[in-house]
Amino acid sequence: MALLQIAEPGQAAAPHEHKLAAGIDLGTTNSLVAAVRSGQAEALPDAQGRHLLPSVVRYTPDGVIVGYEAREAAASDPLNTIASAKRLIGRPVSDIKSLGSSLPYEFVDQDSSVPRLRTVAGDVSPMEVSAEILKVLAKRAEDTLGGELSGVVITVPAYFDDAQRQATKDAARLAGLNVFRLLNEPTAAAVAYGLDRGADGVHAIFDLGGGTFDISILRLNKGVFEVMATGGDSALGGDDFDQAIAEWIMEQAGISDDADHQVLRQLMQDARAAKEALSSASSTELDIAIPGDGRWQGRIDRETFYRLADPLIRKTISACRRALRDAGVEAADIKEVVMVGGSTRMPRVREKVGEFFQREPLVDIDPDKVVAIGAAIQADVLAGNKPDDEILLLDVTPLSLGLETMGGLVEKVIPRNTTIPVARAQEFTTFKDGQTAMAIHVVQGEREMVEHCRSLARFELRGIPPMVAGAARIRVTFSVDADGLLNVEAEELSQGVKAQITVKPSYGLSDEEITGMLQASFEHAEEDMEERKLAEARVEGMRVVEALQAALASDGDRLLSDDERGSIDAALAELAAAIDADDAEAIERQAKHVEEVCEFYVERRMNAGIQEAMAGHNINEFE
Amino acid sequence: MAVSLTETAAERVRSFLDNRGKGVGVRLAVKTSGCSGMAYVIEFVDELDEENDAVFEDHGVKLVVDKKSLLYLDGTEVDYGKEGLNEGFKFNNPNAKASCGCGESFTV
Repeated sequence: MALLQIAEPGQAAAPHEHKLAAGIDLGTTNSLVAAVRSGQAEALPDAQGRHLLPSVVRYTPDGVIVGYEAREAAASDPLNTIASAKRLIGRPVSDIKSLGSSLPYEFVDQDSSVPRLRTVAGDVSPMEVSAEILKVLAKRAEDTLGGELSGVVITVPAYFDDAQRQATKDAARLAGLNVFRLLNEPTAAAVAYGLDRGADGVHAIFDLGGGTFDISILRLNKGVFEVMATGGDSALGGDDFDQAIAEWIMEQAGISDDADHQVLRQLMQDARAAKEALSSASSTELDIAIPGDGRWQGRIDRETFYRLADPLIRKTISACRRALRDAGVEAADIKEVVMVGGSTRMPRVREKVGEFFQREPLVDIDPDKVVAIGAAIQADVLAGNKPDDEILLLDVTPLSLGLETMGGLVEKVIPRNTTIPVARAQEFTTFKDGQTAMAIHVVQGEREMVEHCRSLARFELRGIPPMVAGAARIRVTFSVDADGLLNVEAEELSQGVKAQITVKPSYGLSDEEITGMLQASFEHAEEDMEERKLAEARVEGMRVVEALQAALASDGDRLLSDDERGSIDAALAELAAAIDADDAEAIERQAKHVEEVCEFYVERRMNAGIQEAMAGHNINEFE
Repeated sequence: MAVSLTETAAERVRSFLDNRGKGVGVRLAVKTSGCSGMAYVIEFVDELDEENDAVFEDHGVKLVVDKKSLLYLDGTEVDYGKEGLNEGFKFNNPNAKASCGCGESFTV
């Protein structure tokens, strides 16, 4: 017997056509899946009732193990147990090496830009590892929802670059999933609280997890969430609070640093239990195993814990302060503060964050599940289970996208802050007679000259039929999909020759860089304008030179006397010299001068052309 | 003529309605499609169709059935159950003579 869910009015699906969708929070330490059932978004538990799935994959000769069981094996079988695929995904080998040698995996040495890890089950890429986690979560969702998923929304950190986003999508594809879209984690948390349906404003998303801390400042503007700034500390989380308590206990109980590994691990667990107990109690008893089979008994109260925790919390608050400064807003401008991550359960964290932002943070939704829940809500909308008036969450391009034109100038095709997905086309033409290829250089940035923008990709369109300069029509289409991935296609319109490229730059831009690039475009506005003027004058000057040289080569000897030829050549040389110098006005002046000097020549060429065309014809034929 | 729902189902419906924040009850209906004739529909109700809807109240939940569907659903009890990880609403319909394997559709 089928089990049915309550649909929105008029949205009930035909049998076997339920548009099932899920939201997946693919985390560094733990992952989760959530779905909307009967209008309610919930994280989905496994058969044992556990919501979290440790993001750990263990490869064995007999198969792949994902989750708790894999995590337990991490210590005994470190080489085959991959625990931080998210830190590796979409990053080139060189990047990972600089990440430090702390990763216990064996990297296969190869040139490919995708790192591969050696395991007993063969070499695997971080993408494949993530795919295993996604498969388990998707299976859980399908078992729970009773059917195949039509698509998923996967969350990624706001600071993920295009390569990391693309790799995450590829991982989903490997897992056999249709990705409706990727969603920024802070945006998902905001969606879970329905902030996207509220009034426009600036929100802060405070995400303190087990091992990482992220602060994001988002602006909601006409239904679009824009990431204004991100910040944080990739090595600060709940584990550090446990560590601080553990160190305090060691001091009290006289346990030394070089104590048995087993003792220390047990101590960390006891410290964590104490931390959790102090969330509701004002003090808690400690009963700790100490080396040599003894035990130490004591108690820790809230005041002591605050003394240990406050320096760590202060670090998060300074990151918040920096993020606000980057976003150019004041704490008082923040409308809502959303708490994400298990460590925000600590009342002290809530208190300090509330103090800093001068408002009560939002904590009603389980901070471990809030991101997955937001993703599920978005997936439900994208699957088509909501009436049309529910607006779709949009994103914007952070910087303008364009291409290089003659003279090193940037032609912007998609301006910054355009909502995506978007496609824009622009027509370009050839610069030289008989030009058969065109180099397309895709750049990102707000400056006028290519050298000041960020180069994203280069490719060539070949096979343009030879034509006079300016006759060919080449349409270049920029399209950015919902995840911000850029596809550029160039097409020659008469023959239909095409070339295209999908841009997955190996290094993305951090928000600081984006802010920096924007800043620079304002600071250099004037000199950029001068440079553009000069470059444009040069291009125009060169066009005059090219055209004149072509004409002289074809009929200069026939139509011009030596004197005439001499004066034209002299004017041409002056123009060439002006082009080499840095004075836009001089170039324009010289180009005009060349045109004046050549006026009679142009006239003669026209007459000669007409005579040629008319030769052998009766004048009546032309009437 | 009447339809009803079990205590468990009523509890779930109330909680879903609370969570949704609006809606007067749930609509039970049948529509002609599916692999075995008729398919069940269960939806939230925001507005009643005074002319064509019959409203039943059971365990504090309003069950809305349009008059045409009621012919097929008379005597139906809606239950809420679990099968493995999956959970949802079930129609126990005395009028159904045969259902397709999946149970999403039936014939009378």
